[in-house]
Amino acid sequence: MSSVAATTETADHGHHARSDDLLALLKAAPFWSTDHKVIGIQFLLTTLFTLMVGGALALGVRWQLAFPWENMPFFGALVPATAGGQIPPEFYTMLFTMHATVMIFLVIIPILAGAFGNFLIPLMIGADDMAFPMLNALSYWFMWPAIACFTCSFCVGGGPASGWTSYPALSALAQAAPGSGWAQNWWLLGVTFVGFSSMMGSINYMTTIINMRAPGLTLFRMPLTIWSMFITAILQAFALPVLTAAGFMLVADRMLGTCFFVPAGLIVNNADPTVGGGQTLLWQHLFWFYSHPAVYIMLLPAMGMVSDMLACMCRKPIFGYKPMVYSMSAIAGLGFIVWGHHMFTSGMNPALGMTFMISTVMIALPSAVKVFNWIGTIWGGKPEFNVVFLNCIAFVSMFIVGGLSGIFMAAVPVDIYIHDTYFIVAHFHYVLFGATLFGVFGAIHFWYPKMFGRYMSEGWGKLHFFLTFVGFNGTFFPMHLLGVAGMPRRYADPYLYPYLEHFLPMNQFMTICAAIMGFAQFILIGNFILSWFWGEKSGRNPWNANGLEWATPSPPGHGNFDIPPVVYRGPYEYASPDTDADFWPQTQPPDPAT
Amino acid sequence: MKWFWCLFFAFWPIVAIVLCLLAPGFDWWFPGKAESPLGGRIDDLFYMILWITTVTFIGTQIALAYVLFKGASNTEPGAENEKAWFSHGSHQLEVIWSSVPAVILLFIAFYQLEVWAEYRVKDAFPRERMEAVFERIHQDRQKNDSLALAEVTARQFEWRIRYPGFNADGTLKALMPDPQPTDLYAVNDLHLPASAPVMINLRTQDVQHSFFLPELRIKQDAVPGLVIPIWFEANHQRSYQLLCAELCGWGHYKMNARFVAESDEGFIEYLRQLEREQNEDRVDDTPDTDEEE
Repeated sequence: MSSVAATTETADHGHHARSDDLLALLKAAPFWSTDHKVIGIQFLLTTLFTLMVGGALALGVRWQLAFPWENMPFFGALVPATAGGQIPPEFYTMLFTMHATVMIFLVIIPILAGAFGNFLIPLMIGADDMAFPMLNALSYWFMWPAIACFTCSFCVGGGPASGWTSYPALSALAQAAPGSGWAQNWWLLGVTFVGFSSMMGSINYMTTIINMRAPGLTLFRMPLTIWSMFITAILQAFALPVLTAAGFMLVADRMLGTCFFVPAGLIVNNADPTVGGGQTLLWQHLFWFYSHPAVYIMLLPAMGMVSDMLACMCRKPIFGYKPMVYSMSAIAGLGFIVWGHHMFTSGMNPALGMTFMISTVMIALPSAVKVFNWIGTIWGGKPEFNVVFLNCIAFVSMFIVGGLSGIFMAAVPVDIYIHDTYFIVAHFHYVLFGATLFGVFGAIHFWYPKMFGRYMSEGWGKLHFFLTFVGFNGTFFPMHLLGVAGMPRRYADPYLYPYLEHFLPMNQFMTICAAIMGFAQFILIGNFILSWFWGEKSGRNPWNANGLEWATPSPPGHGNFDIPPVVYRGPYEYASPDTDADFWPQTQPPDPAT
Repeated sequence: MKWFWCLFFAFWPIVAIVLCLLAPGFDWWFPGKAESPLGGRIDDLFYMILWITTVTFIGTQIALAYVLFKGASNTEPGAENEKAWFSHGSHQLEVIWSSVPAVILLFIAFYQLEVWAEYRVKDAFPRERMEAVFERIHQDRQKNDSLALAEVTARQFEWRIRYPGFNADGTLKALMPDPQPTDLYAVNDLHLPASAPVMINLRTQDVQHSFFLPELRIKQDAVPGLVIPIWFEANHQRSYQLLCAELCGWGHYKMNARFVAESDEGFIEYLRQLEREQNEDRVDDTPDTDEEE
């Protein structure tokens, strides 16, 4: 097993780095490996697969909203839970529950921390591997029991039917929802497994970043990607145990007859009244104590990666490096004291509502500072309008919308009205898809040459970007209007209500856009797979970037660095007047003449 | 191609703004003007935030479009500088763009507190105006009786409503925490006086639900194990939509009910009607009176 001391050993640990073998990574991918790059790519392939699954579930939801109670084409007949192709309301509930579960726990968190965190952290800090390679491999392989549990929950158990937030008593009492018997237990077990996976990853990231940086790489010379991964790992390590504990308590409520979350005297579905003296609000507090920081876990790494990509693509130093670091830290710190804003209408003490409103409104400040700094980074740059750059601009542009719409729901009185309406759905999709996923698409194109030694196709990348961007905005922007009109979330048939009847055509338009966006992802997958074999070959540093990862061969062999890196400067010295080239790699020694 | 992308990113915010401007005309906006004074204040706050965010949105999108067009022209052949602008940032700008939003955000936060307090903090409830309603409908009440006129209990998937019954002298009783023999019941049909603040006790029999009156902009979760008092004031005597806003199971979407705001007399008449219906036993009383004669 590798250890911290291994950084100083020779680069490839005596293994044979076969960077010339095109299929080396493909051969390695399905199998056990403790190499952080292989694990990162394993995470990436897995999450791209789950992304498609989560998208398909979303299209099921969209179908019902656009064509309520009509037979679903093609897929309807294949899914046994549908009634002859129709989506019954129980199945609709399962669809949106699983869509959120898959997208949050199996796509966004693992694609950021798992895929890019694993692949990039050792490369960008000049280490040969993670501090604990075995733990790292386990963190990937713990994803599979989680996937198995969620699959069991959806396909065998009857489907979890209480939303991804799983509020008791709906989630605590099996009689409250048809099929929630074993399904909810499987679901909770799945959440526990992803929790293990994240926790192993986060401990590894913190240790690696603290201990294994290359000589000369001081904290304030770290790329913002590394800062963001570091802060994310801290968030995860401190927030996650709360969710895991709450999950176990809920399992105990369901299976062992405890009553942490079940008050006495509830008569659900004509069953005997419940006994005990639990509090359902306790679950909400514990759940959001994790799940609000989780929102930043799902955003900060993308912010970091976009910062790095923007600086490189604009050939210009990042604007306000330290304010960027401080604002990310502020987001993380404030992120721990805003969870109550999910509970403004839940009957929590109103004085708490006021304090949570102030902290929530203030978290918009570091986010605003970051946006201004990104715009400042592009300002006066010489950008190349390639796929990476376009996705980064989309990230900034969409994050502005998602950030601004957040102010509406941070304000408690306004939130009374828009809470649990489509306004909320619009908001978090602008943050999690509009910002995070566009950042991820950019990152895939940017670091693909480092992963596989080849470029992804520009043309197909741009087509994918165009269709995704248009489809995304067509799907999610009108949701703001639905929310203002008071359309509640999680309704299988909102047209039952006269005041919402006239939104049917708008929902149909949104569903068409969602389908365009969904099917556009096949372009990404195709581009990803085909470029692996036929993409244009790239050298070590295809983007003329400064970071340490570009000092390694593409793809890097086992042990990463053929020349042990020494760092002389920060990662953003583009366009420096002190050197002739418009970039100045971190590892390049200063010219003794100057 | 780069000019296309510059236009592309400048174009979509324009579409977004135009869509929002047109939306009220297509009735893609609030379900009518707010039908309660509190709802009106919520709408005012919404519009205030909408103004602030719209200005910010336009400002940042213009800035983004400007740096994009500028960047694109920097990469034209024959552009004046060979390299990009070498700048690590500006302390002055950071101070400005941290402190100005901070002031605006703090203003937004503190400006909201009053409306929130009025809606949720018990001491700020409009108690006197509520008591005036009890006076007008002749409710027989003690000092510590509940301010609520009805108890709304949500369950899968309907709203059960409990009103107090009448005394022998015809006055309305006060609502007791526990069901009384004289209580009156209705399902999915909540009647209360209009044009005055009225309170209900909200509870749930099974899972969590949420009491949502979109036209009045009122929403409150019904939490298992808790009795939550909420008050609202309907501006007009008419029927409003009542629905559930918190996922409560497979039938969440069909907790369709109505809230009817009536005149004080209409409300009492409705309760009398309920009492008659509830005590109706279909035994014909007329022959008895014949015999007595």
